[in-house]
Amino acid sequence: MSERVKSTKNRPAEESPKDHAPKDAAPMDALKEAKANAALPALGAGGMLRWAWTQLTSMRTALFLLLLLAVAAVPGSLFPQRPANPSVVTQYIKDNPDYGKILDSLQLYDVYSSAWFSAIYILLFISLIGCVVPRAIAHYRAMRSEPPRTPKRLSRLPEYGTLVVPAEAGIPASDAVENAAALLKKRGYRVAVRHDGERPSLGAERGFLKEVGNLVFHTSLIGVLVSVAVGGLFGYSGQRILVEGDTFVNTLVGYDQFNPGTNFQSSQLQPYSIQLDKFQIKFDRESQGKFGQPIDFTADVTTKENPGAPAKKEVLKVNEPVTLGGTSIYLTGNGYAPVVTVRDGKGNVAMQGPVVAKLQGDNYYSSVVIKVPDAKPDQLGFAGFFLPTAFVTDEGISFSGDPELINPQLSLNSYYGDLGLDKGAPQNVFELDVKDLTPLNARNLATKGITLAPGSTYTLPEGKGSISFDGVKRYVGVDIHHNPGQLSALIFALLAVAGLVISLYVNRRRVWVRTGRHEDGRTMVEYGLLARGEDHRLAGEAAAIRGLLQREWGLDPDGPGTPSSNSSPAGSAEPTKDR
Amino acid sequence: MFPINETMGQYSELFMLLAAGTYTVAFIAFAWDLAKSSRALRAVDLKAAAAVSPESSSDAGVKVPVAAGAAGGASGTVGAGRTEGHLAGPAGRAERPSSSVSARAQATGGAAGQTADASMSYGGERRAPARVAVALTILGAAIHAAGVVTRAIGSGRVPWGNMYEFLTTGAFVAVAVFLVVLIRRDLRFLGTFVVGLVIIMLVAASVAYWTPVGHLVPALQSYWLIIHVSIAVLSSALFTLTFAMSALQLVQSHRQRTIAAGGADKLGFMRLVPSALSLENLSYRINAIAFIGWTFTLMFGAIWAEKAWGRFWGWDTKEVWTFVIWVVYAGYLHARATRGWTGTRAAWLSIVGYLCVVFNFTIVNQFFNGLHSYSGL
Repeated sequence: MSERVKSTKNRPAEESPKDHAPKDAAPMDALKEAKANAALPALGAGGMLRWAWTQLTSMRTALFLLLLLAVAAVPGSLFPQRPANPSVVTQYIKDNPDYGKILDSLQLYDVYSSAWFSAIYILLFISLIGCVVPRAIAHYRAMRSEPPRTPKRLSRLPEYGTLVVPAEAGIPASDAVENAAALLKKRGYRVAVRHDGERPSLGAERGFLKEVGNLVFHTSLIGVLVSVAVGGLFGYSGQRILVEGDTFVNTLVGYDQFNPGTNFQSSQLQPYSIQLDKFQIKFDRESQGKFGQPIDFTADVTTKENPGAPAKKEVLKVNEPVTLGGTSIYLTGNGYAPVVTVRDGKGNVAMQGPVVAKLQGDNYYSSVVIKVPDAKPDQLGFAGFFLPTAFVTDEGISFSGDPELINPQLSLNSYYGDLGLDKGAPQNVFELDVKDLTPLNARNLATKGITLAPGSTYTLPEGKGSISFDGVKRYVGVDIHHNPGQLSALIFALLAVAGLVISLYVNRRRVWVRTGRHEDGRTMVEYGLLARGEDHRLAGEAAAIRGLLQREWGLDPDGPGTPSSNSSPAGSAEPTKDR
Repeated sequence: MFPINETMGQYSELFMLLAAGTYTVAFIAFAWDLAKSSRALRAVDLKAAAAVSPESSSDAGVKVPVAAGAAGGASGTVGAGRTEGHLAGPAGRAERPSSSVSARAQATGGAAGQTADASMSYGGERRAPARVAVALTILGAAIHAAGVVTRAIGSGRVPWGNMYEFLTTGAFVAVAVFLVVLIRRDLRFLGTFVVGLVIIMLVAASVAYWTPVGHLVPALQSYWLIIHVSIAVLSSALFTLTFAMSALQLVQSHRQRTIAAGGADKLGFMRLVPSALSLENLSYRINAIAFIGWTFTLMFGAIWAEKAWGRFWGWDTKEVWTFVIWVVYAGYLHARATRGWTGTRAAWLSIVGYLCVVFNFTIVNQFFNGLHSYSGL
């Protein structure tokens, strides 16, 4: 880490911090530079390091890194990102052959795990730690030390005022200071009274919580980052499609797709099971603009914590995940799965069951691919569309007129030959590669395409077999997630907000009061207030303290003495409203 | 799920149009106030200039480069002295004029009551056009509120389920926040800006994003919609106010610099607007509130994302931009505590932040693919 910091920062002091931060990613340069710097006699490596550290932890650098982080995050929204959509990225590179590869080499498809993005936020967090730690130490000392000494000239402070206690009140200067000290203590100030001869005074301070809030906020951000890292290391996620009646068992083979974290162990998976009993959709039949849009998805499921555990009925909905075995299960997709039976040329059932149809367009217009590797003598393949409510335009184009099963229809082309599945190479189940296949049915052939309604059967030409459309089931897509860093991320985020609110709305203030005895017996009081950082309510506080002192000594609010304010016009002092 | 009431939806649209019309008249009244008040203030300035240094009164019609006697140190002219001297800095900032300057400015300026001062409290003098403008804005807001409520009844849910509703409700919140702030602070100089932006929002909603009343898609059916989006709307409304103030701050600081350098004051209407420093201070305070609101928007959004999509953060385009906005405003807050970054630079950050908010709402929703896309049109 120090090496990295050094490499970016060991440059002549004239350079502005702007020139440093982004040039971090070259380790060779770093090494060279580190060697070169080691030979420098004057400051020495230690001095240089210290200088670099001071630069990195300076506010200007932090601010610059922060703004750089905002800029660096933007490309991730402009270009497709691999973690979210790997296939879109592949397609994007194909579609833009001229610059697609260049963008890839700049890691613009993996922005948030790229070297440059990581460099920025790691530097930012190092800078943050380098800022927080010394401030925490300094603040701890400040909290334990006495309020600062009373300045010689209080009238120079932004808020300053005087009060005059008449001689007949009989309050000597030392008592007046004690009175003021008691009042300020009650108001939450830490007070130190100084009986310095003729002119006793007090120093008071409050609002230490402001800096605490500030430190908590920044430390919590580190906590959030660590939690995210823990989630990435030990978490996992996966997807599975479940047709009505299907059961998912939480083992590696149970997933259609699985994304383990870096440190994932398969022993982490608890073998729970979840069965999809029924899936219902409610469609909008009221509003005109959105007629036929789904407005409710409800999946009835049966879950078992373990193979031997009792079965439990649960409901899975969008926004209402089911939690099971340390994971959460989310309803993320759905569609229709036509149930078909395919018989081969020998009359044997080569395939029977639901086929997941992939959504393509409006009203559940979906594509269907059926691969029948077990068909003999030739393997069979089908590709086409499923329409829940089939309509045909005058031009002969089929479309789905409604999302519900009013007039379900399967229209397919058929092929025979070698599906290529026997070679063991993985294939996309939603795509049929017809390169090595011979078409049997297609719109442009004399045999035409196959059009099936539920319950109907079509016999393939050339005695290759038959296909029956038995019925339609629904399927759901579920995402399964386990993120061990999630709860701590939430806790740290809440802490951060609490710290933020405290640091913005608690004010650190200092008050000094000095008293003295006038020759004619009156007790003269002067006070001054100073805020650390911005404090627009300092004038209000000054007026409030003035009021308290006046009441304590029974003074007339309009009596002698001045409530002068150096910081804002008198009109803004609204103690009652502002507090 | 409540049934759809299309008649209520039509009433709502009528109310929105009426509100936009009322705001337009209010906008004109605010503009009239700016013009009239600045003319009055100019007259006062000229008189003051003549009083302080009669020898230079001949060319006072063009500019007011008065030596201004004792106040010369802090501010070169009477015109600037009035605003600059009267205001005053935030506690803890160095550029604080001494109280003597302030007293003198008040004595010579005389019109301190008319302009919004540093604390932006109300002055004594009545500004008839401004009162008319505020009254019209209140009327517009009442009609607007009726529009928002009928929309909610018509669709049987919270009125922020798509871009049309987000814009119309957001515009209402912006006006409401402005009016609430007006109770305590004289921000009437912001009227043209705020009401103008609100008119733009209403027109854009009706022209570009109009959507009939309808049910929500399942992904939006969550109580988090109420929490997450309402805070986003509120924060955006506050950012709208500070955007207006930061833009004015830039213009005002340019004007102050020009006047201090002895240049001609070509931006007379800015007389009514407080000094750049006061604008900066108040917008900082509002931005601090809005930043906390935006932090909650981000956090509640993450909690909702975990519930709906299974992960609390996934760098979805909308998430990216919400994060960018958060970082920009975090930068703004830090800038205020960094030497050399206060004033104009901080104002630019505030403006950039607001442009990101607008971008996030318009371009990202419509043209970027992401999980939030369904919430669009």
